[in-house]
Amino acid sequence: MTGSTHAHADAPHHPVFVGKVREQLDALFPKYPTKQACLLPALWMVQEARGWISPAAIAEVAEVLGLTPAYVRGVATFYTMYHLHPVGRHFIQVCGTSPCHLCGSDEVLKAILGATGCGELGATSADGRFTVVEVECLGACGFATPVLIDDDFHDSVTPERVAGILARYP
Amino acid sequence: MGYPHPPHPRETVVLSQYFGDAEARTFDGWVKRGGYQALKKALAMTPDAIIEELKASGLRGRGGAGFPTGLKWSFMPKNDGKPHYLVCNADESEPGTFKDREIMRWTPHQLIEGCAIGAYAIGAERCYIYIRGEFTEPWKVMTAAVEEAYAKGALGGNVFGTGKRIDIVLHRGAGAYICGEETAMMNSIEGKRGNPRIKPPFPAQAGLFGMPTTINNVETLSTSSHILNRGAAWYKALCLSNPKSTGTKLFSVCGHVMRPGNYELTMGFPMKDLIHDLAGGMRPGRRLKAVIPGGSSVPIMTAEEAEGALCDYEGIVEKGSMLGSAGFIVMDDSTDIVYELRRLAKFYAHEPCAPCPTCREGTAWTTKIIQRSQRDQGKKEDLDLLLDLSDQMTGRTICVLSDSCAAPIVSGIKKFPEEFEAYLSRAKAPALAAV
Amino acid sequence: MSDLVNVTIDGVQISVPKGTPIIEAAKQAGVLVPHYCYHPSLPSPAVCRMCLVEVEKAPKLVPACVTTVADGNVIHVNNDKSKRARESVLEFLLINHPLDCPICDQAGECELQDYTFQEGRAGTRYSDYAKRYNPVEDFGPDVLYVANRCILCTRCVRFMDNVAGDAVLNVSERGDRAFIGIDPDHLLDHPWAGNVVDLCPVGSLISKDFLHKARAWDLDKTASVCTGCSQGCNTMIDTRDDVVVRLRPRPNLDVNRHFICDEGRADYRWMNRGDRIEAPLVRDGAKLTPTDWDHAVERLGALAKTARRVVILASGRASTESLGFVRRMVDGATVTAAIKVPLGPEAPLAGVPNLALRKERVPNLAGAGLLGYGAEWPAAVAAVKGADLVVVLDAVLDDADVAALAGAAAVVVIGTVDDDRLAGATLILPSTNVAEENGTFVNRDHRVQRYFQAKPAPGLARPAWWIAAEATHAARGLAAPATAAEAFAALGAMVPALAGLSYADLGHTGRVVSPTTAGAAR
Repeated sequence: MTGSTHAHADAPHHPVFVGKVREQLDALFPKYPTKQACLLPALWMVQEARGWISPAAIAEVAEVLGLTPAYVRGVATFYTMYHLHPVGRHFIQVCGTSPCHLCGSDEVLKAILGATGCGELGATSADGRFTVVEVECLGACGFATPVLIDDDFHDSVTPERVAGILARYP
Repeated sequence: MGYPHPPHPRETVVLSQYFGDAEARTFDGWVKRGGYQALKKALAMTPDAIIEELKASGLRGRGGAGFPTGLKWSFMPKNDGKPHYLVCNADESEPGTFKDREIMRWTPHQLIEGCAIGAYAIGAERCYIYIRGEFTEPWKVMTAAVEEAYAKGALGGNVFGTGKRIDIVLHRGAGAYICGEETAMMNSIEGKRGNPRIKPPFPAQAGLFGMPTTINNVETLSTSSHILNRGAAWYKALCLSNPKSTGTKLFSVCGHVMRPGNYELTMGFPMKDLIHDLAGGMRPGRRLKAVIPGGSSVPIMTAEEAEGALCDYEGIVEKGSMLGSAGFIVMDDSTDIVYELRRLAKFYAHEPCAPCPTCREGTAWTTKIIQRSQRDQGKKEDLDLLLDLSDQMTGRTICVLSDSCAAPIVSGIKKFPEEFEAYLSRAKAPALAAV
Repeated sequence: MSDLVNVTIDGVQISVPKGTPIIEAAKQAGVLVPHYCYHPSLPSPAVCRMCLVEVEKAPKLVPACVTTVADGNVIHVNNDKSKRARESVLEFLLINHPLDCPICDQAGECELQDYTFQEGRAGTRYSDYAKRYNPVEDFGPDVLYVANRCILCTRCVRFMDNVAGDAVLNVSERGDRAFIGIDPDHLLDHPWAGNVVDLCPVGSLISKDFLHKARAWDLDKTASVCTGCSQGCNTMIDTRDDVVVRLRPRPNLDVNRHFICDEGRADYRWMNRGDRIEAPLVRDGAKLTPTDWDHAVERLGALAKTARRVVILASGRASTESLGFVRRMVDGATVTAAIKVPLGPEAPLAGVPNLALRKERVPNLAGAGLLGYGAEWPAAVAAVKGADLVVVLDAVLDDADVAALAGAAAVVVIGTVDDDRLAGATLILPSTNVAEENGTFVNRDHRVQRYFQAKPAPGLARPAWWIAAEATHAARGLAAPATAAEAFAALGAMVPALAGLSYADLGHTGRVVSPTTAGAAR
């Protein structure tokens, strides 16, 4: 629950919203009538910049948008795509909902877990390269099995294609 | 990535005409294909005239509810001095549905044009397109297209020199099925947890940021340009069965078919032909067992029901299910219905926002009961329990997520009781390891 | 009247203003709609689904908390359909609930327990599954969060956000993994944060101060008024075996709505002090001798009657009745009367207008004012020198104050707590504290509010008004009131603002008087 909260106490937090990222955020403000509405985009910016959203980053987002850290945390935990803990260099999401399951997503997932060396869902491989999760419906049921690696969408993945695809992610 | 199949002769391609055609993604390419004519035409009409045209066309919401679009637009207050908002629902998350993704990937300007027409018709100067976070490719395509549309004067403070302002803002979701529910989506845009809101007030009274708001699906808005171009009469005439269901619709077909993909059909098309002809039928040696037609949130249909159904709002209701978002999950006779329903229940247990106990606890409990049956730990009374829980989960919560979980489960138990009993009587080997 | 609508609730026909939520209309029909997330002082999210009721002709059950009545509605709260819906909500709430009522402080005043007893299922159908488990969290100075008991009604989150304006709580995660989260770098230490414990309908947010102190069914509850400041928040004193164990807010929409501040909540231990004066002590030469009241009031009356310059040093916690009768006792003399007013920082509750922990940390500043007591303490202490008589009415004196007493010819202490420094007094007379008597305070808005006796007085202690009135009777033959009600009614003769008012007029929520006009004229 709040177990990870003091991790940031050791490592100093370098602000995310400076320079280019700050400009990006400032450019969003006129597009919404409230600053609060920029919360989801701001969290995305943090994740893009840092790979995950640390408690210190949550506090920074809160500060920048005039919200409380508790509020921001409540919102961030609602959405499954925000990483509130560090993840591997490449984050792999494999669809496992019924339509993909019908088409063999279990085998694809097994192949990916094996090839990445992650072993189990949610774990990060020992070399820090991959984290693999099974997700609910990626919205590409006609292209089973879809696999999202970072921002790259791979459709119609079969166990045979796994090794070739992973090779592109050093 | 490409579009998986060339149009079938029996399709009526309107929305999907340029799927797979990379040039159609660009502004110029879209204009070359007749794009933005409808928007120019719209801007010369009064908003009321556009709404009347939409009403006359018979277009109904393509997101799942099937509410008449023109009527929805007409609910927006007039001259109230408040900012109005259009929200385009591109949070396509309903298992089995993948049509909006293709519209955005291949024809982003089709959607932008539709949004601009919709915004103008309801008196909005700003439209938010809420794209689900997982749609990284559609996001990139849409981002580029919106930028281009601004550069070419199709969006901004002076749309095509008319002096009218229409802005489009792309808003990225971050992984929450429930945000596809319109009031949850508004909360999400406002930077809140995606909890659905109590209605009333309805969005047209007090929606996004408390202002009058209309929420439409990607496909619905995309269709509007074609109706303005070709006339309501043309659209209304696209009808093979019930006159209440008009036009074309993208049907997503997935699961156990040879050619999964999107098929654009005139409303009222026989489902049997869609599955067995257009989508290529079952794998060799396999027979159709069941179809969940509306995305996963509707009752499951037996092969017999599916093969006798017509693909429109009324035709599928007649056969005991609902059209929904028209994502057909097709299952052949190799399918373990119990296993798939458990998988669906798990999906629904993963997605509740939290507040309503009925949904939060009900979906998780439902999943556990089915899970237990597959671990050889099921009990005779579990089926009655599932039916009773599903009954409690229907019509009791703020939104319909728990209803959506209950619908396939109840129908699955009623239509395939022997599959559940096989597990419960231990006649079938457990599908899951015991814990 | 056109702004009234007629509705029928469980067969009872009532007229209520248009726009009334069903749940409030039902109260007026004498029907309680069970609920969790709804609270009259918070915005309604309609999430608990407990208050679903059937409105005839509506397609689905509707939440009574956000659905307003419409003319002609026929509403069923206790028919099979509505009851079945509640039974199922209760079942869903209980499947992951630890059922640890035997060790839960909320047991006995738990709405989950009560409603389950009333209309829940007798047994569970959620057998053989492990229950969800989350550890207990320390939220702040006086609040523990027991996540396993939480039903996610979000009252606490809404209170901190919408009322306290300090959004340190949230709902974290979603679905059946959800729990109430707190900002890891903050505590629930807002001056009004303790209200989340009262707002929590179950045993999820609990008070550390009250932890395992008493079972709810062993508590006696007495309506009272907080003595912490001049706001006059209405409270409930909970006693167990005549010991005050807890103070909680008592609703008064005009004063404190449903809340009290943490300082007021914690301000009760002094009520239980053991070092009390238990018998009247009268000076016989060099020593003080215990005696009975007849003798003591005679001595007091004699002193009061002959004194020509009198100083009264009173506590701001003294009741209006006591202040009045002590003052009347020395009528005819030249009197300097003051109360001691400790000061502290003001702490408003942002979401409720005119509600704050006030700077003046005494409950009866306005009452004292009406009765001619000033707040100029140093001047009053200075006036002691050369006085014939000083009456110390339960005031807490510092050493300088005590030293000043040597300048007076005679000192009478009417007080609660034994104080060695006052051993030189002529009379030491035991009086009751706020938990041991009936009385009134007048708050800063001149609202006269009653408080009630919560526990017996120690030894021979008596309310100060009784002591003063009996002394006056003994010395001058004036009639003495026998009860606090009579004492209050008699105050009208001393203060025009209270004229004609009785305890019955005050009710349980008090009555505002004008300091410049007669009470009876209102």
